[in-house]
Amino acid sequence: MGTRGYRYKTSHSLSGPGDGGKTGSWRVQRPIIDLERCTPARRGSEACFICWLYCPDNVISRTIPPTIDYEYCKGCGICAEECPTKAITMVDEADVVANDEDPAACSTEGPRPCT
Amino acid sequence: MHMIENGNVAAAIGVKLAGAQVIAAYPITPQTPLTEKLSEFIEAGEMKAQHIPVESEHSALAACIAASSTGARAFTATSANGLLYMHEQVHWAAGARLPIVMCVVNRAVGAPWNIWNDHQDSISQRDTGWIQMYCCDHQQIIDSVLKAFAIAEAVSIPVMVCYDGYLLSHTYMPFEVPEEQQVARFLKPFRPAYALDPENPANLNTVTLPDTRVDINGDMAHGYMEIRYLLQEDLRATLAVAQQTEDSFKQIFGRGGDALLEPYRCDDAEYIVVGLGSLTYQLHDVVETLRSEGHKIGVMGIRLYRPFPAEALVQAVRQARGVFVIEKAVSYGYEGALFSDVKAALFESAQSGDPVPFVKGMVAGIGGREIRTADLTDTLRAAVTGSPRDAGDDPGWIGLRL
Amino acid sequence: MTPKTTILTLPKEELVHPGSRACTGCGLSIAYRIGLKALGPDTILVVPPSCLTVLQGLFPVATTKLPCLNVTFASTAAAATGVMEALKAQGREHIKVVAWAGDGGTSDIGIQALSGAAERGDDFLFMCYDNEGYMNTGVQRSGTTPQGAITTNTPFKGKLQQKKDVPAIMAAHGIDYVATASAAYPLDLYDKIKKALTLKGTKYIHIHTPCPPGWGFEPRYSVKVGRSAIETGYYDLYEVEQGVFRLTGASEKLVEKQQLVPVREYLQSQARFKLLSEEQIAQIQSQIDTKWAGYYQAG
Repeated sequence: MGTRGYRYKTSHSLSGPGDGGKTGSWRVQRPIIDLERCTPARRGSEACFICWLYCPDNVISRTIPPTIDYEYCKGCGICAEECPTKAITMVDEADVVANDEDPAACSTEGPRPCT
Repeated sequence: MHMIENGNVAAAIGVKLAGAQVIAAYPITPQTPLTEKLSEFIEAGEMKAQHIPVESEHSALAACIAASSTGARAFTATSANGLLYMHEQVHWAAGARLPIVMCVVNRAVGAPWNIWNDHQDSISQRDTGWIQMYCCDHQQIIDSVLKAFAIAEAVSIPVMVCYDGYLLSHTYMPFEVPEEQQVARFLKPFRPAYALDPENPANLNTVTLPDTRVDINGDMAHGYMEIRYLLQEDLRATLAVAQQTEDSFKQIFGRGGDALLEPYRCDDAEYIVVGLGSLTYQLHDVVETLRSEGHKIGVMGIRLYRPFPAEALVQAVRQARGVFVIEKAVSYGYEGALFSDVKAALFESAQSGDPVPFVKGMVAGIGGREIRTADLTDTLRAAVTGSPRDAGDDPGWIGLRL
Repeated sequence: MTPKTTILTLPKEELVHPGSRACTGCGLSIAYRIGLKALGPDTILVVPPSCLTVLQGLFPVATTKLPCLNVTFASTAAAATGVMEALKAQGREHIKVVAWAGDGGTSDIGIQALSGAAERGDDFLFMCYDNEGYMNTGVQRSGTTPQGAITTNTPFKGKLQQKKDVPAIMAAHGIDYVATASAAYPLDLYDKIKKALTLKGTKYIHIHTPCPPGWGFEPRYSVKVGRSAIETGYYDLYEVEQGVFRLTGASEKLVEKQQLVPVREYLQSQARFKLLSEEQIAQIQSQIDTKWAGYYQAG
């Protein structure tokens, strides 16, 4: 087929993440979830998930507890603003990096909220 | 089956036989009877197609592009300003590699308003990447519509079937209507390379970067330049595909032969007149008159204008002393487009040192100005007996009354 | 009466990937993500040039998981019709055709095709995401830019004209379903899409989508600003079903409360309204009060 098959003659895109690259690099601040305040985390059952609902970039998982994919989280802060129990705070990215946490580590180790 | 009907009806029957599935068209003189006939076929149940009475030509081609992308055989038709209105879509259809067929019933473009025949509309679209076929009579119209779908779907490039407004669209001529069983052997159901499908999703024709870029599988994908190059490459390859299609058509229907050129008395011609469309058939009478006066002159009709059959044309005219290009359009600011194309084709030969004919350009019939056979005869007689090289920069405009 | 969808009953499947080029805090992103859940995978999208084009990805990567046809700016509705008719010709009518266009591609350059399709009653859902300007090309004014808003081509005086009332225009075509929605109320949007999909013919949903860079506010307030538009009665959530107008959701509740938040709160939350004088704010408040007086009377 080489480079002359149909798909190569046309602008035909297939779906996958990261069209904008690792958009986590856009962040100036990152959201941190306080599991003591997070409703589904505290109850250990399906509840709230307002952060999951409103995340524009689909980086918050609908799990107990919710986790954030920092590879793609743009740090918009909507989750922090909308969380009804104020369980999410926005922390300067610079501080996180300075504290020796690899910004990508949270996502490569699998779903685990960073505290 | 033999029939006497007008060119628009011939085209409509061609579309019906071809089994177009989605038809979206907006009325414009002199195309209107074509779309009206198709509406009659569909409403009478003679043709199973979705008809979309769109609110503009831009929407007509938009609907065809969408339908074709979804995997349906799509058709539209227009003229003049309607074609110009859909111009961005014309580029789009070619770049999207969609096998849409469009009849262009040639008409002059505004400003000022003019509903009569010339070729400015389709000629102005020659850069868009569409295949362009020009018809000389009603048999060619109905046959070309069928060939157009076959070629379009073979190469995934849209095709314009052009025929003269009023001169062909509204006049009555006898022609043979292809039999349905024969059409079924010639034109297979549309099998697109890709059709929009939730089972196999893709995002079509989004922003495509100047540079190449890695896709989700880690393979390097083309940039815009490669996609456009491949359109050009496939267009040049269409010269051969058009001939193969013609051969197949001839084998099944018993008529046709040369997909690219239609010569008349050129074998021993010292002078050859080159043109597009019904004008070339009118020139047969001129040739007869001048030949009776002792001038060895012939006509070379160009059937396929884009891709331009440069090589075939050069082979066909190189023996002549002189070539006259008569056309019904101008690339304003320079000269007739066909004139330029013919000269450019011969230039390559000239470089090799072989003798090439001189080429003189002429413009006629702009805005439907009657092209009188007597005027053509006088002009060409003067051209072959006079000194054509003194013609000066501007091509002669035959029939001009300043 | 179908029960309203809640966060917990919302489908979990995501039909859009993370890592899009949408701006941080984009209101469209929220509406699109939740909207696709309502549409489901058996859908073909039609999208003109707009923020969504970029959100959906540049060749060869698609952020959306649905099949999508990108089309020229003016042709969205005509293309949606073309897809729909092709599906009919092929007997694939179970596939939904959904157009997503910005306010420009809907109400300005796109309105002719949309009007034509609505007049024909072509069977597809047309969603306009209204970020009140040509945002993808850098915040120029559009027909739906509200009066007084600063844009790059209304930089020192703000837009002089009123916001074009597109839902009213669509309702005037006599189509069976017209609705307004907001990115700040995604569950309401979800239910409206679900309802629209049960109907035949042309359906229209107009979604208010806050735009942080275009409107001039911090990205974290996208939902808050969207909510404020509703709570001040500036923008209303409603349906027009077979010609019958009805406020819905949060807007409907405001009729009961009969207490709107002063529109100043909404206007002053965004830098684009900073040119508004006190007189202009009072005028806007007065327009809102008149409109709502009518709602209170009808309700």
